Amino acid sequence: MFIPHTTQERTDMLKAIGLEHVSDLFIDIPAEHRYPDIKLPKGISEMEVMDHIHELSSANESLEDLICFLGAGAYRHYIPAVVDGIIQDGSFYSAYTPYQPEISQGTLQAIYEYQSLIAALTGMEASNASHYDGATAAAEACILAYHQYRGKRTKFILSRNLHPHYQQVIRTYLEGFEDTNIVVVDGYALADFQAEIDNNTALVYVQYPDFLGKVIEFDDLVTMTHQAGALFAVSANPIALALLKSPAEFGADIVTGEGQPLGIPLSYGGPYLGFFATRKELIRKIAGRIVGETVDQDGKRGYVLTLTAREQHIRREKATSNICTNQGLIALAATVYLSALGKNGLIHVAESCYQKAHYAARQISQIPGYKVDTDELFFHEFVVSCPSPVREINEHLLSHQILGGLDLSSLYPDLKNPMLLAVTESNDKTQIDYLCEVLSEARHV
Amino acid sequence: MKFPSELKYTETDEWVLVEGNIAIIGLTDFAQDQLSDLVYFESLVEVGDVIEVETQLGTVESVKSAGDVLAPVSGEVIEINTDLEDEPEIVNADPYVDGWMFKIKMANSSELDDLMSADEYMEQCEE
Amino acid sequence: MSEKNIFELSVQGRTGVRYPDIDVPLTEYPQHLKRENLALPELSELDVVRHFSHLAKLNYSIDSGFYPLGSCTMKYNPKMNEQAARQPGFASTHPLQPIETTQGNLVLMYLLQEALKEISGFHSVSLQPAAGAQGEFVGVRIIRRYLQSIGEGHRDKILIPDSAHGTNPASASMNGLKAVQVPSDERGNIDLVALQNMIDNNVAGLMVTNPNTLGLFEENICEVTKIIHAAGGLVYGDGANMNALMGIAKPADLGIDVMHFNLHKTFSTPHGGGGPGSGPVGVIEKLAPFLPSPIVAIIEPGNDEYAPLYGFIEPEQSIGRVKAFHGQFGVLVRAFAYIDLLGSDGLRLAAEHAVLNANYLLAKLKDYYHVPYPRLCKHEFVVEGAWEEAPDIHALDISKRLMDYNFHPPTNYFPLIVHEALMIEPTETESKDTLDEFIEAMISIANEAHTRPELLHAAPATAPLRRLDELKAAKELTVCCTPIFNQDD
Repeated sequence: MFIPHTTQERTDMLKAIGLEHVSDLFIDIPAEHRYPDIKLPKGISEMEVMDHIHELSSANESLEDLICFLGAGAYRHYIPAVVDGIIQDGSFYSAYTPYQPEISQGTLQAIYEYQSLIAALTGMEASNASHYDGATAAAEACILAYHQYRGKRTKFILSRNLHPHYQQVIRTYLEGFEDTNIVVVDGYALADFQAEIDNNTALVYVQYPDFLGKVIEFDDLVTMTHQAGALFAVSANPIALALLKSPAEFGADIVTGEGQPLGIPLSYGGPYLGFFATRKELIRKIAGRIVGETVDQDGKRGYVLTLTAREQHIRREKATSNICTNQGLIALAATVYLSALGKNGLIHVAESCYQKAHYAARQISQIPGYKVDTDELFFHEFVVSCPSPVREINEHLLSHQILGGLDLSSLYPDLKNPMLLAVTESNDKTQIDYLCEVLSEARHV
Repeated sequence: MKFPSELKYTETDEWVLVEGNIAIIGLTDFAQDQLSDLVYFESLVEVGDVIEVETQLGTVESVKSAGDVLAPVSGEVIEINTDLEDEPEIVNADPYVDGWMFKIKMANSSELDDLMSADEYMEQCEE
Repeated sequence: MSEKNIFELSVQGRTGVRYPDIDVPLTEYPQHLKRENLALPELSELDVVRHFSHLAKLNYSIDSGFYPLGSCTMKYNPKMNEQAARQPGFASTHPLQPIETTQGNLVLMYLLQEALKEISGFHSVSLQPAAGAQGEFVGVRIIRRYLQSIGEGHRDKILIPDSAHGTNPASASMNGLKAVQVPSDERGNIDLVALQNMIDNNVAGLMVTNPNTLGLFEENICEVTKIIHAAGGLVYGDGANMNALMGIAKPADLGIDVMHFNLHKTFSTPHGGGGPGSGPVGVIEKLAPFLPSPIVAIIEPGNDEYAPLYGFIEPEQSIGRVKAFHGQFGVLVRAFAYIDLLGSDGLRLAAEHAVLNANYLLAKLKDYYHVPYPRLCKHEFVVEGAWEEAPDIHALDISKRLMDYNFHPPTNYFPLIVHEALMIEPTETESKDTLDEFIEAMISIANEAHTRPELLHAAPATAPLRRLDELKAAKELTVCCTPIFNQDD
């Protein structure tokens, strides 16, 4: 199937090598370990594999069957057909890292456009070709800050409302760096940050909108951070940025985030896309691939991987990150998504999310027993305080084909039966009204 | 390729010009040639820092390679050639004069005895 | 003329996608927080499709031709994999859904863990790492945590052969370990005497790629792993070259304690122009408690009435999380489908033919190119891209000239221990006809190098662009286009 050799060809090739049997190719492997028994079934046909695949995929209850109000870092948005139409082109997906620019201009220009779109969206001046996901992008931002101060500032201040997975990944990554210290600040009271930010602080990290959906104005916190000589990083939702003031406007030094909302299927959590943008002064400290514009020998415009001397294949143990690839194909999907929606499409999606989420919040807060804190500004996600444990409410919702919000009770034991609900443009008014109806019933379950 | 005889050299391709108790440090002609066109110079120390022999003072990058600048002597950093931050190509054009990188007030001038002469360094480069 | 970029193609007022009108009563939005300067392009759907079709034509890919890029395993990516990963039942599942609603995903992940265990001989596997480099980072962290757990946390030295990929030392230093280089001997193996001399009480372990980056099997691998184990260290295996060993040898049997897999290489998930990859990690029994979380397990055994319930568990001394959610699930689906299709016999055949193809190329090219380590290779091999009689020719010139013959060049200048290295990995999916055409091109270029070097220096002549000015790119650092339109609206 994928091995085209005929018996005759195989014989001819072995003869050219000077061997008799294929197994002679492996005589340098210790005999007692050669050709072990592999207890897996024998190969089958494509048709049979696809049967297995269908069997497994249909054992799931997917969002084709369920109405989704679950978010918490991965969001259901409509993905226009044009996105998949383009990334299914083998010229893109069966190529590799563009090491040879003369025959990789398609990939290189697409990455350059991706970088430009991320810069435009975040308001920053430089972007890399992407990281694995929003969590690892956040961890790489911490490492950037560590190196920016040459290890002399070792304190990293994280907002409690930075995605819990991101906090965990930051902890895993920073463990390898001497004496680093992670401090988590609950809430946004300036006094609480003031108590922590000092001249040993490398970075302050917040999420925008935060993990609970809230949109916070960070201007004063940024000023305080910069006064202490530290960097300010923001993990942002890219769709929200079409509606909200950009992190550049309030002075962020680094903007990272999860690019999944930009036309990437939920796919059970991956592959996603970590975007990473900075002010131009920090560009040399960014880990990962960066594409730059140049010309060829005839003066024609073209693109190359640039600043490669900072990477692991040249600097080896002195490189600041071991990252090799980016999320190439996923970054391409985001590029197509942003190009196809364009400025007006993205603003419309962001406004739909905002409006529908606010309608849902208002309707839910009118159901007796449910409370929504609508005092603070939010984007498309909000916390509902439920009359009974969220697990029970969610079971009831699921029995009505509704995927409820994330149960926050173990993460936020200080809140009462908290459920984090997300509403996007993919939810229509009928779905929201139905959610309210079933939530209302759930009080009596 | 030039190997000025009034300079001292290290195995890691730095040169040292001694003026009283001040050591002026840069990368050799051989090093800049191996690295090819530099696109980046960064000092990893600040004026006032007290450094040991082999402390990494700075880093340079070309398109395809990178190199470190190590301290040939111990002492206090008294001046850094910040012009190189904007124009690292000066190192390629004039490694021994305008391309100087650091000035160190030496703590122990006997450390100079461990460095190579121009002839010894030239021999190392030929290997 | 070069293809315009999407910002240059933008025309104010266009949009490529229509969305439904907002169907709920409106809520006011605070004006002072409104985004003012969203400089995104405006195009129609056809503008977008044409643009990316034009870009696609500028790429060389496996689908369009032979791609012998050493150490990258550019084998054919079955179309079936793409269809499998796009099943709505997989693609439309949310990572935080209750596990009862995602048993299909969990069973698939469980079966893939089991298959990788069986192929490698390891006790446990975590699918969480997002790519090979991250798998490496995880592997070294597991070694570090294990040593700390037995009171050997002072061990801070990790031995890495001089032929190793740069990610190895980078992964070591990200874990606070000092990388120490081990020399190779004249057969391209780890130098056993030198290794022995480097052993002391501070050795945390060794990172080894086998077959190594010269494409050679470490003939003394069992002795090497014994030396490290005797010294109280652990052996990390870089699984990048697993394509040579599937069904031929199990890394765990050779004394490897922890290894990452590159699903996008060995198990034929597409390279995507540079990702997404996936780098699951396998470990021996005593390291299992340290695997990154979560891993998939049967959490309630089944009985006659009910199927078992699959779910996530966190290993008791886990090194923690290295990405959000549960791994690169879409890539896992592709690898699962590929392993299911090939089966135990097909995987072994794939490895055998990968090695057959490489040795055939080596046999046919060795009279024309200097081979620094002339012995049986595995799935790839390294030749020198330079001749004494052609002093102005470099490996890079050969690579660029190959483009004029419609081939993707091999890997250049790696491994570092070979002068002007050209690293060639044909993979099993290439036919003898293709290999013969490549051999012919390589021989013809070797001749040109001696007789008409200007052809090599001017190459590529037929690619979409000629050689690019990398110095200009690095100096000017134009990494984003300045939006050139309607800034003020």
